[in-house]
Amino acid sequence: MYVAVKGGEKAIDNAHAWLDELRRGDTDIPEMSIAQIRSQLALSVDRVMAEGSLYDPDLAALAIKQSRGDLIEAIFLIRAYRTTLPRFGGSAPIKTADMACMRRISATFKDVPGGQVLGPTFDYTHRLLDFKLAAEGVPSKAEKAGVVGDEVKPHITDFLNQEGLIQTEPGSDATPPDLTREPLELPASRALRLQALTRGDEGFVLGMGYSTQRGYGRNHAFVGELRIGDVAVEMEIPELGFSVEIAEIEVSECETVNQFAGSKTEPPQFTRGYGLVFGQSERKAISMALLDRALRWKELGEDNSDSPAQDEEFVLYHCDNIQATGFVEHIKLPHYVDFQAELELVRTLRKEATEANAQREAAK
Amino acid sequence: MSENTETAERKGWMATLAKAPDGLLAKTWAQAGVTQDFEWLRAPEIGAVMVRGAMGGTGGAFNLGEITVTRCALRLPDGAVGHAYIAGRDRKAAEIAALCDALMQTESAAVVRARILTPLNDVLHAKRRLKAEKAAATKVDFFTLVRGED
Repeated sequence: MYVAVKGGEKAIDNAHAWLDELRRGDTDIPEMSIAQIRSQLALSVDRVMAEGSLYDPDLAALAIKQSRGDLIEAIFLIRAYRTTLPRFGGSAPIKTADMACMRRISATFKDVPGGQVLGPTFDYTHRLLDFKLAAEGVPSKAEKAGVVGDEVKPHITDFLNQEGLIQTEPGSDATPPDLTREPLELPASRALRLQALTRGDEGFVLGMGYSTQRGYGRNHAFVGELRIGDVAVEMEIPELGFSVEIAEIEVSECETVNQFAGSKTEPPQFTRGYGLVFGQSERKAISMALLDRALRWKELGEDNSDSPAQDEEFVLYHCDNIQATGFVEHIKLPHYVDFQAELELVRTLRKEATEANAQREAAK
Repeated sequence: MSENTETAERKGWMATLAKAPDGLLAKTWAQAGVTQDFEWLRAPEIGAVMVRGAMGGTGGAFNLGEITVTRCALRLPDGAVGHAYIAGRDRKAAEIAALCDALMQTESAAVVRARILTPLNDVLHAKRRLKAEKAAATKVDFFTLVRGED
C-alpha cells in the first residue's frame, strides 16, 4: 500500500529542471519543432493518437517532444489532456467503404476490382540501414500514374458476401458503450472489446495476436483486406438538425477472413475479424482483427481452448498501457510504512525459527 | 430552391470549410478581403467528438476514439446565423468558417463562393487527386507461379 509522504519539494523541482534540460539536449544542435515531429515522425504521432485515443496530430507531436520520445509517456499526456475536453457528441460510424485509399491490399484475392495498391509501405524493402539519410540527401520523389474515374474502392469482403459465403455483420442503431465513461464490465460486448483494443498497447495487441497464430486459440486467418486512407467524419449537429462533415481523418482498417464450421443455426461460412485504428498502423490493425476474432469464440459456439487470447478478462484488463504502466511503476514510489510491517514480520519469523532450531539442538 | 437542396448545399460548404488544411482558411479569408460585423451566439469553444467505427466495416457502431473539434455560432446584423464545427483547436478558423456559413445565406454568397469556397475546394480536390495518382503508381499485379509439382 502506498502511504502519502511529505517533503522533497526542492529536490522534485530540481529533478524536473534537469529533466527539461535533458529533453532539450545539446543546445548547439537545433531544436525540433512540433511541425518537424508531426511530418517526419508521423508514425510515432499516429501511435500516440491511436493509444492516446485522441485524433490531433499537433498535440500528439507536442506530447512526443515533451516526453523525450517516450511514446507511452506521450500517450499518458494525451489521455490526461482529453479528460479536460467537453464532449460535443458522437459521430456517425465512419464509412470506410468510401475511403480514399493510399494503400489497399488483399491476401485472398489476386484480381480485386480496384486493384492491389501498395502505397508507401516498408514491405519489400531490404531493411538495410540507409546511410544516405545520415548525410543530407535529397529524398526520392513519388511517381504518379493516371487515375481513371472514381478512385473509391469497395470492400473486398463484399464480393464474398454476394455469394453469402461470409457472415453478415448485424446492423444496429444503438449508441455503443463507452469505456471512457463507464467502468469496463464483463462480459463485454464486441463494441466494447473493439474500443479497448483500438486504444490498447500496440505491443500487447501484437503479442496476443501472434499467440493466436501460434496455436493459442483456434484462429486461422487470411487478411481479406487491409486498407489505409482518408475518411470523412460526419456528425449530427443538434442546432442545425442535419449532419455535417466536420473532419477528414486517416485510418488503417483490416478485415480478416476466418473459416467457420457452422453451428446449429448457421451454415458453414467465413467470419470476420475486424481491426480499425487511427493513423497508419497496419501492424496494430491486423493484430486487432486477430484478437477480435479470437474473442468471438462464445458467440460463434466454438471451443474455448483456455488460451490467453480467448480470455476476455485477461485481454481487456491488460491491453491498456496507461493502466498497466501506472500500476507497474507505482511500486517504485515510497512504500515505507508497508515495508516496515513486512520487515517486522520477517524479523519475528526469523527469531522464532532461530529459537526453534536452538531448542531442537538442545534436545539432541 | 427546395429545402433539401438548400440543406445539401449547406452541408457541402460546411464540409469544405471543416476540411480546409491547417492555416489555409485564414489565408484565403485574408486574401478575399471580406470584412463583416457580427455578434457571438456562442464564442469559439474547444471540445471533443467521439469518432465511431462500424464493426466489420458495415455493422453496429463502436467507439474508435475522440477528435478535437472547435465550434462556434454567430449572427450577422441582417440576422443570418452561421455555425461552425471544425476539426482541430483553431478558434480563428472556426470564426471564419461560421462567418462564411452565415454569409453564404446572404447576398454575399456569390463572392464567398468565388473567393473562398471554390479556391478551397480546388486545393482539396488537387490534394486528393495527387494522393490517388501516387497510389495508382504503386498498383501491382501479383502472379501466382506454377510450382511444377503436377
